[in-house]
Amino acid sequence: MATELPQAPADRPAPRRLPVLQGGVTRRTTVKALGATLGLAAFARAIAPLTEWARDIPVDRFLQRHYRELTPEAMQTLLRQLEQETREQYGAEVHIEDVKPTPGVAFGYALNLSVCNGCRRCAEACHIENNHDRASQESYIRVLEMSKGSMDMERGRVDYAGPNPDPDKFYMPVQCQQCDDAPCVKVCPVEATWKESDGIVVVDYDWCIGCRYCEAACPYHARRFNWTKPQVPAAEVNPDQAYLSNRIRPQGVVEKCHFCLHRTRKGRLPACLEACPTGARVFGNLLDPDSEIRRVLADKRVYVLKEELGTRPRFFYFFDV
Amino acid sequence: MTSAAATVSEPRPGPHEGHAVSYPRFLLRVLWLATDGSPRFYAWMTVLTAIALVGLHAWAVQVRDGMGVTGMTDHVSWGLYIANFTFGVGLAAGAVMMVIPAYLFHDRDMHDVVIVGELLAIAAITVCILFVMADLGRPDRFWHMLPGIGRFHWPMSLLTWDVLVLNGYLLLNLHICGYLLYMRFLGRKPDPRWYVPFVFLSIGWAISVHTVTAFLYCGLGGRPFWNTALLAPRFLASAFVSGPAFLIVALRLIESQGGFAVGPGPRRTLHGILRVAILVNLLMVGSEAFTAFYTGGGHAATAQYLFFGLHGHTALVAWTWTAVAFGVVAAVALLWPGTAAHPWRLDAACALAFVGVWIEKGMGLIVPGFVPSTLHEVVEYAPTLVEWQISAGVWAFGLLVFTAAVKVALPVLRDEPAGGERADASATPVASGTAG
Repeated sequence: MATELPQAPADRPAPRRLPVLQGGVTRRTTVKALGATLGLAAFARAIAPLTEWARDIPVDRFLQRHYRELTPEAMQTLLRQLEQETREQYGAEVHIEDVKPTPGVAFGYALNLSVCNGCRRCAEACHIENNHDRASQESYIRVLEMSKGSMDMERGRVDYAGPNPDPDKFYMPVQCQQCDDAPCVKVCPVEATWKESDGIVVVDYDWCIGCRYCEAACPYHARRFNWTKPQVPAAEVNPDQAYLSNRIRPQGVVEKCHFCLHRTRKGRLPACLEACPTGARVFGNLLDPDSEIRRVLADKRVYVLKEELGTRPRFFYFFDV
Repeated sequence: MTSAAATVSEPRPGPHEGHAVSYPRFLLRVLWLATDGSPRFYAWMTVLTAIALVGLHAWAVQVRDGMGVTGMTDHVSWGLYIANFTFGVGLAAGAVMMVIPAYLFHDRDMHDVVIVGELLAIAAITVCILFVMADLGRPDRFWHMLPGIGRFHWPMSLLTWDVLVLNGYLLLNLHICGYLLYMRFLGRKPDPRWYVPFVFLSIGWAISVHTVTAFLYCGLGGRPFWNTALLAPRFLASAFVSGPAFLIVALRLIESQGGFAVGPGPRRTLHGILRVAILVNLLMVGSEAFTAFYTGGGHAATAQYLFFGLHGHTALVAWTWTAVAFGVVAAVALLWPGTAAHPWRLDAACALAFVGVWIEKGMGLIVPGFVPSTLHEVVEYAPTLVEWQISAGVWAFGLLVFTAAVKVALPVLRDEPAGGERADASATPVASGTAG
């Protein structure tokens, strides 16, 4: 190498001291300064899109604390701010609440596979109720068309042509199973997702860092990531919203089925159940011995998905025989 | 005295000077040396900087427009970034294969260049941290993970363990390298009590970083392809392929481009390690393949997809067979008795082994963990241009860190105050750049 660089040591200042300290200007320091300046300018240009992006995020959102650390007063202020932001960004007047779980209530959901006809109206109702991004046609529910005689999802498909049921098939909608031992809750590095006292696994959309570890951990494909900022026309926005459920999610965070907690915690039924034309869906309080869900669990042959994984779902499947 | 050694140790502080003054002076000195070199060095660093800036810009666009600009979906929710992250952790852990001979087996030749391994660990961990940042949907909320201010879900989440071990490993290696350099700057003899215990700690720590990274995946019951107890040992075996393979080539470049006499000893030792590691790794891959294919059924679906394609989906088949071919050819070449006599053959075998492991851990392990999905849908993944740009940028930045670090540190530490004859042996100007 020495032959290619005969001048290398010669064009340096003889006493090799820090140039910043000795103050001498050499060709080398000039070139370095020029290089550093050009580098900084290129750096500023390279990160320019970040400033455009940061403009849309209020400082309050950046500094916001975790859901469970907010006082009731702070939550009210926050909810009004979020309503204001929805107005500015989506042009929609919405009401966002923080609906708490009711003591003595533990929700369970059961689905009758004998009557489900695969019409996918539950998935559609979910899409509308929960203010999902319109372009991606997102929904928390996926309906599998299964081969009769097999419980193997390997032999099922979601891309079947609707809406008329195939007599040789049965249909199995899958959504969040609200596991008691939820892998997604376990793996979250920042406690942005947890199980509430009524059994619903929720996400703090303003705390999630978007690492998608929960999405990798979930055995039921129940989680969705906001790959882009959700787009919903103002006229189509469902204004009845809650902080932990269907408010329009920010870009870059994970979301999931929350059993429509903004409805169910106030005594209403989930949107997917109301939309079901066959009556396949049964929803209720597992702690109420007279509830319909308890009757199903007592009288029907019930199973849960992927029981061998030990996730202990609160979503049950049964056949009518 | 070599010129670089002279430059770092020349402006020695007076005895009256405290660390508060001498340490910033030391840092400035290091910065100056790291940005000073031959035209060839400048050209190399400029190219790396340019690629890094392209990557940075692509990342800024990704943050602004959302991760929809990547090829990832809700089905394949991790892709090139996490693949590179996993490979990078292996590279960092593999660097320990210089530290073990140097400190546990008192290999003198290896001891002279062991800092190259420690600096590789620093550069590789930097790469890993950047890849994690690139993969976050909300990098602005990174502070949510900081213990104290955020909510650090430790010990439940394995990701928090990974944050701890990676940063711990980074700090350990920064301390070891930084301490030795600073002592040279002060003209003092390093006190073994201040670095040898940390070196031994870093050996155990190196094993832990890749074990914990494997636990991220193998603890997920819903992903049968990852859910195997062999994953952590397999990660370690492949780490001890990629690390030594990189170092063998790096040491030769340091010698040929940096004009720095390394001698055949370290490369011979690393070659020996590589011969064992690559066979163990191939054995483990074969063992996994046998278990999947002989058992059959649903658990073989991913292996089927990888090697032969599933229901007409074949995106990863070419990658898989490339990795297998590279691994086998590299193994044969490394074990061939005549290979060591031809440095370029050894380098070529190392390059094949390195790329083979890169494919095996990324397209061969992270991506297929999602195919078929947990509901058995087959959705394929291919990285987009943005992902390639960001990945290239991160690797370029890592190489930049590694080049600068080796260039500053190696000549200085090699030139022990008492070892005059060794310094004379390398009469060429060593400050002219290490890699080219």
